[in-house]
Amino acid sequence: MATTFTQNIRGLFGGGGAATQDAAIETAALRSDRFRQERESDWKRLETIVGRMESRRLGKLSDQDVLDLPVLYRTVASSLSIARETSLDAATLRYLEALVQRAWFQVYGPRVGLWRWFLGFLGGRWSAAVREIWLDVLIALAVMVAGTLVGWLLVASDPEWYHALVGGQFADTRVPGASREVLRATLFGQSEQSGMSVFATYLFSNNAQVAILAFALGFAFGIPSLMLLIQNTGMLGAMLWLFNGQGLLVDFIAWLSIHGTTELFAILLAGAAGLHIGRAMAFPGKRSILEAAAEAGRRASTVMAGVVLMLVVAAILEGFARQLVDHTPGRFAVGGFMLVFWLVYFFAFRRKPQGAAGA
Amino acid sequence: MTAATNPLRKPGSDRERVLITPEGIALPLTLASRGTRFGALLLDLMIIGLLILATTLGLLFIGGEAVSSIEYNPTAAGRALQFFAVLWLAAMFLFRNAYFLFFELGPRGATLGKRMTGIRIAARDGGRLSAEMVIARNLLRDIELFLPLVFIASASGGGDMGAASLAATAWFLLFALFPCFNKDRLRAGDLIAGTWVVEAPKRALEPTMSAVATPSPADHAYKFGDTELAPYGEYELQTLERVLRENRREALASVAEAICTKIGWTAPGEGHERAFLEAYYTQLRAHLEIGMRFGTRKADKFEAGLVAKSAAAGTAFRFTAAELAVYGQAQLDSLERVLRESQGATMSTVAEAIARKIGRELPDTARQRAFLEAYYTQLKTRLRR
Repeated sequence: MATTFTQNIRGLFGGGGAATQDAAIETAALRSDRFRQERESDWKRLETIVGRMESRRLGKLSDQDVLDLPVLYRTVASSLSIARETSLDAATLRYLEALVQRAWFQVYGPRVGLWRWFLGFLGGRWSAAVREIWLDVLIALAVMVAGTLVGWLLVASDPEWYHALVGGQFADTRVPGASREVLRATLFGQSEQSGMSVFATYLFSNNAQVAILAFALGFAFGIPSLMLLIQNTGMLGAMLWLFNGQGLLVDFIAWLSIHGTTELFAILLAGAAGLHIGRAMAFPGKRSILEAAAEAGRRASTVMAGVVLMLVVAAILEGFARQLVDHTPGRFAVGGFMLVFWLVYFFAFRRKPQGAAGA
Repeated sequence: MTAATNPLRKPGSDRERVLITPEGIALPLTLASRGTRFGALLLDLMIIGLLILATTLGLLFIGGEAVSSIEYNPTAAGRALQFFAVLWLAAMFLFRNAYFLFFELGPRGATLGKRMTGIRIAARDGGRLSAEMVIARNLLRDIELFLPLVFIASASGGGDMGAASLAATAWFLLFALFPCFNKDRLRAGDLIAGTWVVEAPKRALEPTMSAVATPSPADHAYKFGDTELAPYGEYELQTLERVLRENRREALASVAEAICTKIGWTAPGEGHERAFLEAYYTQLRAHLEIGMRFGTRKADKFEAGLVAKSAAAGTAFRFTAAELAVYGQAQLDSLERVLRESQGATMSTVAEAIARKIGRELPDTARQRAFLEAYYTQLKTRLRR
């Protein structure tokens, strides 16, 4: 211990005379140490830049730093491969490996910030992803139509089905046998209702959770996604039947369409996204199951980010527009406009990422 | 192969992966252990819980103040209440869904809990980590974690939902144990997104042990010849480096003694072990690095022994290129295993097989090991070229 201490002191003051002189020669005798001494400043500089990028202190980075990052990264990466062939200093190798890894994550990390990503997403990537899963969208649409029909037919054959299909959530006054006036009251005359914004927010987070569920369940080969779609549209079918019985079908569809064209579209896309993953996992083709799932997952998650956005719009429409627009033609106008808007956006708006505008 | 060419990697660890960067550099990655990830998740949940609590209390306080200050106007007070309710609902949604997204999209690719435990997410194919991947892996988190938890919580409140809560528990366990059933420790979200979770080490550049070596005049006598440096390889060098860094007295003494016994020196006196070991480390490293530059690496003392023997044995067994051409890497590896195990019966079987294959006479039992060692060394040299 005592020896080490004296050595350290001597090293610290650098005036050890002959011994230090010898040590310097000894050090120089190891080529790998000279190699390290020559490049250490580059390594340290890269470490500083990477550290600042990691902690988002970009203000402290000069333009020169940003320009030098890729160069420094390559320099240090080549230092690592040389050191692997020439040096047996385990600490230096571990340091270089960790540093190259950190720098690699910065150089090849997600370059685009959340905002830039969002703009690119709205400007074509979202609609492109929706078009890429067109087959799943069609399947999900067919399932939803079938679910609605089944719901209608079941309740038409035996009104008891109504309670099984429509949970307690909506079966307040809207039950079989309710009078026309009661049902009409649920559709019109709520413009004075307070708490609309709270209601809208609640609807949104509730619906978003359902949509996320429909997507995430795709993991089990898409079957639960489809079941969720059938269950939800079965409820819709049952309610359509109920209002039809009192001659309010058109008014009900108008009441529903104001936000429903957006919301049902969103749920359709969420189910299709889930189905897309399920299909990719069930029929991976030549790829491995993992590759297929990852590829489909990325495409489907782009669609899903948009679904959440659509649900925000749907909730605003449901919470405000439905109460404020209190007549059937107006509601059809808003709902129809939204439907056309989404269809045009997804299927007619084809902008290439290069910027060439399509039809 | 990796064990022989890269002795730095811990043998037997199944968490090691190698990622090839676009520059062609092989970057070793270590997958995060399941325990670390669980710890990170707990930390994140605690942070989210605290955030929710703080937001709720904060909104309650501010909302209460605001409402009481405009009590005379019921409509305005109602509006204010609504506003705060909307804020609260939006905040809850964001905490549940956006917390993970926000942090994992950042430059560190890790939530606060992951940062604290030193791990991060990365793309499994070695490419860029994209926003879509982060979104996908976090959307799945909803069914893996929050959905069953909420369900179990609400079911246990109800009382008579035994079967349903059982199903929710099974569901929860299925996803919670998912990382235990694949070798890359992927959870369902990782699988869908094409990501994995790796350790993100951050290391400071430590001083080299050789540069620190400042022998005092008395210790300067430690000069080792080639034969004294010959018995050890890279593995022993790194062990020595670790011992020097840890700097524990007993370890230093016992290692110094072991080396002295091996090379036939008398052990250095009390208090001089470190100086002795530093000198030995520096010179052994120089010796091995010179070897490296000439294309001969010695992974450990087993290989070092072989090299020394083949140098001593000289021309006892010399094999022609044609005789060495009959075998490849697989046979080299199994030959190494046989030599390491050093079982007489196996060695003579293998020696017989090789002799028959290359059309040589089988050497007598005493010289079979030397025969195999010579064949191994020469085959290895040939394959390396």
